Amino acid sequence: MDNGNKLFKIKGKAWKIEREGKLIDDIDTDMIYHNKYLHIVDKKEMARYAFSNLDGWKNFPELADSDGILIVGENFGCGSSRQHAVDCFISLGIKAIIGKSFGAIYKRNAINSGLAIFECRDIDKADIRTGDEIEIDIKTGNILKNGKRVARAKPMSKIQLDIYKAGNLFEYAKKMEKSFMP
Amino acid sequence: MTIIEKIFKNHSKDKIEVGKTIWLDIDVRTARDFGGAQVVKNLLENYDENYIEDAKKTFFTFDCNAPANTIGYANNQQVCRKFARRHGIRLYDVDAGIGSHVLMEEGIIHAGLTAVGTDSHYNIVGAVGAFGQGMGDVDIAFIFKTGKTWFDVPPTIKVNFIGIPEEKWTAKDLALFTVKNLKGHVLGKAIEFYGDVIDSLSLDGRITLASMVTEMGGIIGFIPPSKEVINWMEIVSNKKIKPIYADKDANYEKEMDIDVASLEPMVALPGNPANVKPVRELQDTKVDSVFIGSCTNGRFEDMKMAADILKGKKVHDGVMLKIVPSTRKVWEKMLKSGIAEQLFEAGAIISNAGCGGCAAGQIGMTGEEEVQVSTANRNFKGKQGLGNTYLASPATAAMSALNGYIGGW
Repeated sequence: MDNGNKLFKIKGKAWKIEREGKLIDDIDTDMIYHNKYLHIVDKKEMARYAFSNLDGWKNFPELADSDGILIVGENFGCGSSRQHAVDCFISLGIKAIIGKSFGAIYKRNAINSGLAIFECRDIDKADIRTGDEIEIDIKTGNILKNGKRVARAKPMSKIQLDIYKAGNLFEYAKKMEKSFMP
Repeated sequence: MTIIEKIFKNHSKDKIEVGKTIWLDIDVRTARDFGGAQVVKNLLENYDENYIEDAKKTFFTFDCNAPANTIGYANNQQVCRKFARRHGIRLYDVDAGIGSHVLMEEGIIHAGLTAVGTDSHYNIVGAVGAFGQGMGDVDIAFIFKTGKTWFDVPPTIKVNFIGIPEEKWTAKDLALFTVKNLKGHVLGKAIEFYGDVIDSLSLDGRITLASMVTEMGGIIGFIPPSKEVINWMEIVSNKKIKPIYADKDANYEKEMDIDVASLEPMVALPGNPANVKPVRELQDTKVDSVFIGSCTNGRFEDMKMAADILKGKKVHDGVMLKIVPSTRKVWEKMLKSGIAEQLFEAGAIISNAGCGGCAAGQIGMTGEEEVQVSTANRNFKGKQGLGNTYLASPATAAMSALNGYIGGW
């Protein structure tokens, strides 16, 4: 994956991960990607198990087209350190995740894998419904619908932006000065 | 400076400022059977040679599925073994126990160091005043290769425990009570724990509290080492240990007081480790199975706590008691002290050392509607099978096994 040549706008179809009209909080990595599939190392194979242990969302891999943008609640991705819980979404063609807050390890894993991840405290209040086409300006954090700003996420940090532009942590490191590498 | 800032200062050329991204040198770099094979894959796919910056600082530890009971895990372990042999990396195989515990027992991780692993509870090493962090396989592969990682310096919250509980209490009750109190306040932050109750904690108790900082949402919780803990570290590492303590004028984002004078045995209800209630409120809940172990409560003190309750008695008819020591050394001590025999005679199933129920069901899973009392740290839906898992201390777990319903204090 190389995001270097892309415009700094991410466009996609919103998926609000909610239950009874409310974004679900505390979705842990076992709900995103259950531990019974942890032995899988082929990333492509991980796509079909995304949300396979989240009540009401178990058929998500069948529903999700490519270019999806997930909208999630508080503390998304808390729990284990498994990279699978990020990689399954990348394989499924998810372009970005906007959440009220994230588990710390999950956030790092997403950044390192080049999956755009944005914190937005008010995302639950924004005028966005599942299926809406939305756009994220990754430099400003503005979230747009029909060209109009509906929410504002925290902009990417410098390291996050650099890794995202390079594609992932490994590509980023290769672009850094030689002196950095042993 | 706070503890994390001082440890980072010793491990980075960059200026340490809260919120700033720094490059951090990592002293102890580990991967386990879960995540380990992906670490190897990442290295082989992204680099041509020189995969390991320093083999002496790099370790594989197998603890999730020990010994492997699926072909997938068996294959992944073998991938790690072959890679480790080829590159001179020390590997603690399926007999050793939980990686973070083993490396503390071996004196490899101690106060002041930085350590990482593919284990979300690697911040458990805050129990001995070290910085630890669980990471995904991309992060860990990069650290194996370079010896460093990027890290955003987190703010620190100072938590003061006020008072000493009058009731019976254990470190797990304190940990559960703290999860309940801190959840939502410490996401992405470092914590320092202080107070009389902290000073009174043994090493095993410190491990219990530090292990549940992940469930609080924190980056790490530091417990400033006591004399007893320093002595232990000096014995196991055969080195002079100089712990890092916070400066008197350290800058905390916030100070929080938690009153523990009325602490009593606590339990987390199924589904969320932060949904914590006193055990006495649940006494008519019938129990099918009990698990004692995990990185949170798999120490010798935990096993002794259970054995003291179960000694000379039998677990309740129809209740299954499963016990997993955290390390082979804990197992050995259980054997030689007679505790293993006491637990066996009470009706317990005792497995080899490892993570136990948390990962892929090393000691079995729960079935639908099965009520399990577990000393582990997480009870999210589906984590340990389909049943309903209550989190509790080894003492509450043992009482539950004896009585057939939760608690019985």
